[in-house]
Amino acid sequence: MVEWTDFERATIQDIFSKINYEVVGPAALSRCLVVYPWTQRYFGNFGNLYNAAAIASNPLVAKHGTTILHGLDRALKNMDNIKETYSELSVLHSEKLHVDPDNFKLLSDCLTIVLAAQMGKDFTADVQGAFQKFLSVVVSALGRQYH
Amino acid sequence: MSLTNKDKDIVKAFWAKIGGKADEIGADALGRMLMVYPQSKTYFAHWKDLSPGSAPVKKHGKTVMAGVGTAVAKIDDLAGGLLTLSELHAFTLRVDPANFKSLAHCFLVVLAITYPKDFTPEVHMAVDKFLAALARALSEKYR
Repeated sequence: MVEWTDFERATIQDIFSKINYEVVGPAALSRCLVVYPWTQRYFGNFGNLYNAAAIASNPLVAKHGTTILHGLDRALKNMDNIKETYSELSVLHSEKLHVDPDNFKLLSDCLTIVLAAQMGKDFTADVQGAFQKFLSVVVSALGRQYH
Repeated sequence: MSLTNKDKDIVKAFWAKIGGKADEIGADALGRMLMVYPQSKTYFAHWKDLSPGSAPVKKHGKTVMAGVGTAVAKIDDLAGGLLTLSELHAFTLRVDPANFKSLAHCFLVVLAITYPKDFTPEVHMAVDKFLAALARALSEKYR
């Protein structure tokens, strides 16, 4: 089981209580699709992903970005059992969506950067550490059911 | 994933924008890396203080950024331009190349914090590519 310090728990809860899901989610996903264009392979039916501007204004990308970010809520509410919490989603990503789990890390990195831009100086090294630890635990849980 | 002319232009322009802030940015990125990727601390066991903002971190952040500056200036031939630094990292420092990625990521985080409006996805991609190319050039002589 993952050990969380009080600081880490408080930091994660605090971040998510202040996040605007409809801004951060879409920003993170669209950034990922631009910075790592091969991730577009999973979104063939999303319409126009032709360039950064198109991606940024694509409503399907925006909607999905929000969905993904809300997917982190489960971890937020079950920090002591993230592994089990994501079991079904892991199976989904593996067997139905066929997403290479390395992509989870790419999206995590983009989410970290979007959050950093939002939080500015408040995104201290400690906060970054806590947030990245949280994301890496979720990423690990999401990759667990792949075989 | 080699650097296109557009990537190079973006990197050079952003480096110019960073200007005198380079040392501060380097120190911040280094400090973050040591905290967020504890394995990187193993290379600095000889420092008295590894906390963000400490004297050794500030000093070394400056050194690292000087190297990045060299890379920007030699962006058209990174392997050639960074030969000496590559030999240093390969034979003397022997830093595991995975750590270059960790530092690069922290550098991107600091850029996002410092330039929230200007660090667009396109700039992010160009800088990310550049840092990856830099890391490759730095590992040229490893084996």
